[in-house]
Amino acid sequence: MSKKTMVLGVAALLSASIALTACGSRTAETSAATTKTAKIAVIAPLTGDLSVMGLGIKNSVDLAIKQANDAKAIPGWTLALDAQDDTANPDVGANAATKVAADKSVVAVVGTLNSGVAQSVQPILNTGNIAMVSPANTNPSLTIGADPANPKRTYPNYFRVCTTDAVQGPFAAQYVYNTLKLTKVAVVNDKKPYGQGLAEAFAKEFTKLGGTVVDNATVNKDDKDFSTVISVMKSKSPELVYFGTEFQLAGPMSSQMKAAGLNVPLMGGDGIYDDKFIALAGAKAEGDLATSVGAPIESLASGKSFLEAYKAAGYKDGYSAYGAYAYDAANAIIAALKVSLPNSADAAAARPGTITALANVSFDGVTGKVGFDKYGDATAKVLTVYTVASGKWVAKATDTAK
Amino acid sequence: MTFLDPLINGLSLGSLYALIAVGYTVVYGIVQLINFAHGEIFMVGAFGALSTWIVLGQASANLSWWMLPLMLVGGMVVGVTVAVLMERFAYRPLRHAPRLAPLITAIGISVFLQEFVRLFYGAIPGFPDAKAAVVFPQIEFFTGPAIEFGGAVIQRATFFTLGALAVSWAFLWFFVNKTKIGRAMLATSQDPDTARLMGIDVNRIITIAFAVGAALAAIAGTAHGLRYGNIDFKMGFLAGLKAFTAAVLGGIGNINGAVVGGLVLGVVESLATVYVPGQFGGAAWKDVWAFVLLIIVLVFRPQGIMGAKVVDRA
Repeated sequence: MSKKTMVLGVAALLSASIALTACGSRTAETSAATTKTAKIAVIAPLTGDLSVMGLGIKNSVDLAIKQANDAKAIPGWTLALDAQDDTANPDVGANAATKVAADKSVVAVVGTLNSGVAQSVQPILNTGNIAMVSPANTNPSLTIGADPANPKRTYPNYFRVCTTDAVQGPFAAQYVYNTLKLTKVAVVNDKKPYGQGLAEAFAKEFTKLGGTVVDNATVNKDDKDFSTVISVMKSKSPELVYFGTEFQLAGPMSSQMKAAGLNVPLMGGDGIYDDKFIALAGAKAEGDLATSVGAPIESLASGKSFLEAYKAAGYKDGYSAYGAYAYDAANAIIAALKVSLPNSADAAAARPGTITALANVSFDGVTGKVGFDKYGDATAKVLTVYTVASGKWVAKATDTAK
Repeated sequence: MTFLDPLINGLSLGSLYALIAVGYTVVYGIVQLINFAHGEIFMVGAFGALSTWIVLGQASANLSWWMLPLMLVGGMVVGVTVAVLMERFAYRPLRHAPRLAPLITAIGISVFLQEFVRLFYGAIPGFPDAKAAVVFPQIEFFTGPAIEFGGAVIQRATFFTLGALAVSWAFLWFFVNKTKIGRAMLATSQDPDTARLMGIDVNRIITIAFAVGAALAAIAGTAHGLRYGNIDFKMGFLAGLKAFTAAVLGGIGNINGAVVGGLVLGVVESLATVYVPGQFGGAAWKDVWAFVLLIIVLVFRPQGIMGAKVVDRA
């Protein structure tokens, strides 16, 4: 192709695209007169190890948005989903948050999955006045600050629908000491904010109740080989191993423990409450325990309708451990948007109003009563202990944490 | 717990490092190329072994001991094929390019192989999705209950891993020192130009070096699957990095050095987990101690534990 024809070709392409965009904007203007669009963003791991949980969150938010649009929940507005992948990595999460904050059509965010990622996402969204409702962050410091004795809300834009490790860890400790009547445990954590917070809260309560923590170990999040950690634990003969981490480490730990002859149950928090844990731990996972936030979804009437709607929507991936919470988080945001959106010129203008409205939200969600206290924490503090029986998680006890 | 427990755990972990490290060292000895994509051959080999089981044994849930040799062969075929293709199409065109070009290519291949497995493994009908960790078949004979021996607890997979290293090492010694091809490899590593003048097909020798390294890495991948019960697409990165460290520690270019370096690295990691007290102890610090050891060795013996003191060609 000669230079001249190329220039001509480029010019032709350009004029064609200008003509196309012109038509495009004209139609957009006419439709904008009837409905305006506001986006709810999801920041969660959509690829990598934890994508099972992240995709469950994304799909559940998508479901809530579709239902709201079908019901015309907010007159004059259409809601849309903007899913961002954080790959469970704080730096990637921060980039996603920056991108979301720059998008004027985003009003609120559902996310993140990981407490560690939330730490880097919170300040960015707070600067942009964007409300953030997490379905899964359980690290206490995200709401009440670093000093639990002197709670102080760090970011007014942050809310969560699940209970925290400050509640979950002690709840597990009480169950082990009072119900299972075990007095010697080994505690392990993966040094991530979630795992460490949970393991420390568990150990503290367990010692307070009168139990003994025979070994306190740490592992790295990329470790495959736990044999030496297990040898050390085994020599101190614990009756249970409490592991603050997620399923991709806890599963192999459980199978290696039993292969090395340490035949005691492994217990963890909501991060291991996933079918993938059982797959990775293998047949010897029987009797392993996990606590998770809320009552089993299947046991609540509202939960059943969520499960049916999720199934009917035909998503490729399951709702996983946090789908129901993400659904509640999205509905909390939609409830707040009903207050903030109608009086706003555009989505960006509704951002501060959404944060104020969220603080007063209260409704019956699929995981129980949804509402927030003055720090942004969920008011409901119901937890459930699950155990592995015949290759499936089975609810053992549901209780309100004291 | 006796002293034996961490020692055996360390030897078992070290055997995996050693099996992978041989691949770095053999290729480096002949073409002076640090093949950073070698860790991915370890990963691809493990997936090859898993695929063999899915095709041959999954339908009947066959976990008999004789599935293992089949899986090993399957893993090796996949690993060697990928390594040979990688050499032919990525490294050979860059044989006379500046040193930086093949190094960057190696990193590119590494990313490519990881993403390829992550995205497309699950797309094959009947194969599990590889976006997260995939369960590896547990062959009862090799992964059953641990054996108590003199107060120490030894996992069965440990025997397999140590045995695999011993057999591979013996085979490699024989291959390099007693066969014609082996001696051609030695000659090429000493001086490729003179070797070519003596009638040695240098390209063929380089391909063989890649193939031998890949076969051992595939064995390591299968051993990893048996021992830890699961494999994932990014397991090659850290294992490759550790094995590379082991190769440097032992003296890169020296096969015995790679084996010794791997075992030393594994044992140091394991002992540091148990015996370093206080704040700097525990599994969280084991990598730090491993690299401290590497630095100390390199300060006093820059050529590595068993490396020969030669004029640096690199």
